[in-house]
Amino acid sequence: MTERVDDIVDVCLLAGKLMLESGGETYRVEDTMGRIAASFGVSRSHSYVTPTGIMFSVEGTNVTRFIRISERSTDLSKVALVNHISRRISSGELSLDGARKELERVQQLPLGYPLWQQTAAAAAASACFASLLGGMNHFLPSLLSGGMAFWCFEMMHRFVKIRFFAEFFAAFVAGGIVLLMERAGFVRDVGNMMIGSVMPLVPGLAITNAVRDLMAGHLIAGLSRGAEAFLTAFAIGTGIAFILSIR
Amino acid sequence: MMIVQLLLSFVASSLFGVIFNIPKRLLPHSGFVGMSGWAMYMAAARSGVDGVAATFAAAFFVAFVSNGFARRYRTPATIFIVSGIIPLVPGGTAFEAMRHVVMNDYNAAISLAAKAFMISGAIAMGLIFSEVVNQLVKRRP
Repeated sequence: MTERVDDIVDVCLLAGKLMLESGGETYRVEDTMGRIAASFGVSRSHSYVTPTGIMFSVEGTNVTRFIRISERSTDLSKVALVNHISRRISSGELSLDGARKELERVQQLPLGYPLWQQTAAAAAASACFASLLGGMNHFLPSLLSGGMAFWCFEMMHRFVKIRFFAEFFAAFVAGGIVLLMERAGFVRDVGNMMIGSVMPLVPGLAITNAVRDLMAGHLIAGLSRGAEAFLTAFAIGTGIAFILSIR
Repeated sequence: MMIVQLLLSFVASSLFGVIFNIPKRLLPHSGFVGMSGWAMYMAAARSGVDGVAATFAAAFFVAFVSNGFARRYRTPATIFIVSGIIPLVPGGTAFEAMRHVVMNDYNAAISLAAKAFMISGAIAMGLIFSEVVNQLVKRRP
């Protein structure tokens, strides 16, 4: 029995780890792990999830595990996939081994969209945003500054593992390009363009997850996510303020 | 003009879906959620409602539509909410606040920062209220 419990806990933790690393809310992670365990017959399990680690234990046995989550990215399609797998487990469609295979397959999947597509999307989204706020003549310049800002963020994040520095740098680059274009006489309204260009960096996911975690009563997880969102917003703000003070 | 705004918010929201790596087949839906939120915001703001209240109404609507989609397509509601609330984020006000900080005009900066904070709070409250309504509806058999 203990070996089976070990295997079940393995599958639960794998599912939880995948969700948390891809940007799922902590209450969803706890809920999913509890459901998976229950549908394999372990009805009394406890889990404690924060954005940086998962603890999982089964009542009445010696099984208690902890895993550390150090790297988090945003890949909501993986969250959706794991969610779907958990539904199939609950309905009895998947066996323990089948579930493990499916989860391992999801783990191997590359990020949903390649970097160039994401950069193109960020550029176009920035352009749409600047036009939404300030008018259509902002479209082309924001395409350049927004795309460059996002690309710089991704590149910087690869070299420097400190996320907040990469965000600061990206905001700085976006502001710098907008200012150069203003000097060259291409644009007049600096503000809306800068807002549009940094929009892809705004911590939208962290904010929503923080609110949803807090609502579900996960106070520590909610507050730490909120702190993450605040730090990101602060980094972007500092980058922009830096450029504005040079101006 | 209205149609251009709706189109832009639709495209921008679905592109944010790409940045958040949501499944390809759901990109148009997240665009629709963002567009409906922006339409709600504009309709409220044009009829003279205060910016904070308009944001609250729009965030409520975004989460409402997202929960509907989540039930229909059996995926987490977050997928739609994250790209849907992006147009509502108080980027402009935060930027103005930052600009005044740099100009050493702290009085204006504080009041603008407070306004940006209120708008963020309105987004959060909109999501919470919508979730409450969602749970009340779900509990009914």
